[in-house]
Amino acid sequence: MNFDDTPQEAEFRATARAWISANAPRQYEDELRKSSLGRTVLKNADILEVAKAWQKKKADAGWACLHWPKEYGGRGSSPIERVIWQQEEGPFGQLSRMFIIGHGMCGPTMMAFAREEHKRSYLPPLASGEKVWCQLFSEPAGGSDVAGLRTRAEKDGDDWVINGQKIWTSGAHYSDYGILLTRTDPTVPKHKGLTMFFLDMKSPGVEVRPIKQASGASDFNEVYFTNVRIPDHQRLGEVGDGWNVSLTTLMNERSAIGAAVSTGFPELFEYCSSLMLDDGPAIEDRAVRSKLAHWAVKASGLKYTSMRAISALSKGERPGPENSIGKLVAGSMIQDVATYALDLQGAAGVVSGEDGELAGRFQAMLLRAPGTRVEGGTDEIMRNIIAERVLGLPGDIRVDKDVPFNKIPTKGRG
Amino acid sequence: MNFDFSDDQKQLRDQARKFLAEKCSPKAVRIVLDGKAPYDKELWKGLAEMGFLGVAIPEEFGGAGAGHLELCVIAEEMGRANAPVPFSSTVYLAAEALLIAGSDAQKKKWLPAIAAGEAIGTLALFEGKGNPSPKNVKLTAANGVLNGVKKPVADGGIADFAVVAARTGSSGRDNDISLFLVDLKAGGVDVKSLTNLDPTRGQAEITFKDAKAEPLGAAGEGWSILTQVLDRAAVLCAFEQVGGADRALEMGRDYALDRIAFGRQIGSFQAVKHMLADMYVSATLARSNSYYGAWALSTNAAELPEAAAAARISATQAFQHCAKNNIQVHGGMGFTWEFDCHMYYRRANAMALGLGSLSYWEDQLIDRMRKKNAA
Ligand SMILES: Cc1cc2nc3c(=O)[nH]c(=O)nc-3n(C[C@H](O)[C@H](O)[C@H](O)COP(=O)(O)OP(=O)(O)OC[C@H]3O[C@@H](n4cnc5c(N)ncnc54)[C@H](O)[C@@H]3O)c2cc1C
Repeated sequence: MNFDDTPQEAEFRATARAWISANAPRQYEDELRKSSLGRTVLKNADILEVAKAWQKKKADAGWACLHWPKEYGGRGSSPIERVIWQQEEGPFGQLSRMFIIGHGMCGPTMMAFAREEHKRSYLPPLASGEKVWCQLFSEPAGGSDVAGLRTRAEKDGDDWVINGQKIWTSGAHYSDYGILLTRTDPTVPKHKGLTMFFLDMKSPGVEVRPIKQASGASDFNEVYFTNVRIPDHQRLGEVGDGWNVSLTTLMNERSAIGAAVSTGFPELFEYCSSLMLDDGPAIEDRAVRSKLAHWAVKASGLKYTSMRAISALSKGERPGPENSIGKLVAGSMIQDVATYALDLQGAAGVVSGEDGELAGRFQAMLLRAPGTRVEGGTDEIMRNIIAERVLGLPGDIRVDKDVPFNKIPTKGRG
Repeated sequence: MNFDFSDDQKQLRDQARKFLAEKCSPKAVRIVLDGKAPYDKELWKGLAEMGFLGVAIPEEFGGAGAGHLELCVIAEEMGRANAPVPFSSTVYLAAEALLIAGSDAQKKKWLPAIAAGEAIGTLALFEGKGNPSPKNVKLTAANGVLNGVKKPVADGGIADFAVVAARTGSSGRDNDISLFLVDLKAGGVDVKSLTNLDPTRGQAEITFKDAKAEPLGAAGEGWSILTQVLDRAAVLCAFEQVGGADRALEMGRDYALDRIAFGRQIGSFQAVKHMLADMYVSATLARSNSYYGAWALSTNAAELPEAAAAARISATQAFQHCAKNNIQVHGGMGFTWEFDCHMYYRRANAMALGLGSLSYWEDQLIDRMRKKNAA
């Protein structure tokens, strides 16, 4: 058991560090570091532009999507090198959150199911941030129950014609491409009639309508499809096999999101270290200490759980459902941490944004946190995954499993 | 980086698991639980023969000279089996105190005896209520004899010797405390067994009346040695707790698959599934924190104090959480003496107190994190 870099890893670290120090957009470092709690906002710049520029620079120098194969725009790095890179990239890594869906989910799905010529033409610009991708799965009628979706794809010559509606599509408003899960056969049970595609988001008939979120921001959208045509060669996997294809996406989603999610603990600890309460420093207070200790061991537990996972990965083991832990634990923790930080602020805790304590960092965190517990699978779905896939408990009873999709009662559905 | 045990260490873990499954069945544990024996002597002998008692003791002192990572994997299995033997008192507390502070002669006298299963040791620190703190040590040492009362002393009723914390000064600072080795079978020592939460591990009250004692480590160094001993024991106990938590989770899972209600396995009800998923989560976080503690312990890293406190808190929480919900999954059965659930519940809650309570370790963790951040 050790945390030492091998000579090879040490060399990788030194090269990465030197390159980052010479190339990173340092003018944003402070802002990026401080906005890690809720939303990343840059005051005098468009975050997407900054993120794209940084990503492109990385790609040109061979530092983008490290674990992807070189021919698809990556570097062919080991899992450990990925971690070293993340450590060295520090706050600048936040910029790549703009690409998490493309890099974490769409890319791996393309790699597993797209034709070779498509991989070679679509993946490098995805890796370099020149093209942004989104994931079009969720619908009003199918969120947790993804397979309940109704967007139709009907064959017409060499094309498929798409009609329907997606919802909660993150980044659709600035995406160039998307992976799309559709229903191609409503007469068979729901998991069997799905087919996956990728498409150009600028195709005629695609309409993106931003949704204003509970947090006030608009990161996700409704997407409407009216007679949108997708050529058959953009199909991912077999007709009717979309469920299996989407499982690849969802597995990758859990490790991508699970690894990226923050807990808010370092920020809370730093805050409590300097905060004065009525009767002395917060950090001297017994009750505060107890809370901090409680969260400290969750945060460290998550950190070392992911290190164990990386060690397993680097020995060639496959990432498993235990990756569900990260988001499950961090999601509600970040919510509780934010609530507690505001509690410590007393009445002043109500003031948000630039007017608030610490420029409203914990308020922003509080308002973003509920989304973390829903996106990429809700807490309940994560617990189901752990219970069924890790502990081997029976699956939930599914009354619609063997019923043709078009015979499933629709009351209560959009 | 390689954040995992080696194949050899894992093999040792499997070996310990197999051995304990055979020699330490719940039925065997119950002999001690039911008060028919103070501890499992046969098992103790077997552990010595397997080399488990001396795994971290250097070869020159009769041990296997393997190391602390090896001791960690064995500790996990001791916890999984709920072994009714004075392993933690003897191996984590007494032996570690000797390794840290013992003279060559003291090591030669006690360590080979520990490794051979011939001597049981313990740490006599507490004097009634309160957490580890120099100011809670009232027992005095003067002119080579001790006077005072220690309570509770884990495994005090069966121990051959004790490492005793005693007051040797009145400056009001940590260096008022010194450690002593006392032969508990000699004169001036009165041992009384106490009833306690977990009868598979005895607790005693020990009264010292002019009991002969020899210093362990330098005078006035007692508290700093103790802190190191407690940190090491915290990591090792964390592994026992992780083993116990894992077993409680496994018992709950197995029962959930077995028991039918409303025409279904109860494990198909989400309330039960989610309870078990949460048990898995807390056991996993505790395991990961404990691995970090194991790394710090085995390399004697500067991070050990912080890592030990984190492992301690996390593993205590996880074992309590899993043990309590294991009973819940079992329903009425879980609340019977006949089912094993309560053995783990007892052990979990007793272990939560033995090295200082959760609030003590919370304080330690925050102090240590502050120190690190300041540095
Ligand atoms: C910030 C954000 C970004 C998102 N980005 C994307 C995106 O880019 N692309 C995309 O396709 N989707 C995206 N989503 C959608 C997300 O995947 C879904 O919201 C999520 O899967 C939940 O589905 P739902 O909203 O329909 O809730 P529902 O499925 O209606 O759930 C409502 C409640 O019922 C519970 N529930 C449902 N089924 C079960 C069950 N079997 N057992 C127990 N409880 C259950 C849920 O846990 C929840 O509490 C995003 C969501 C958010 C919040």
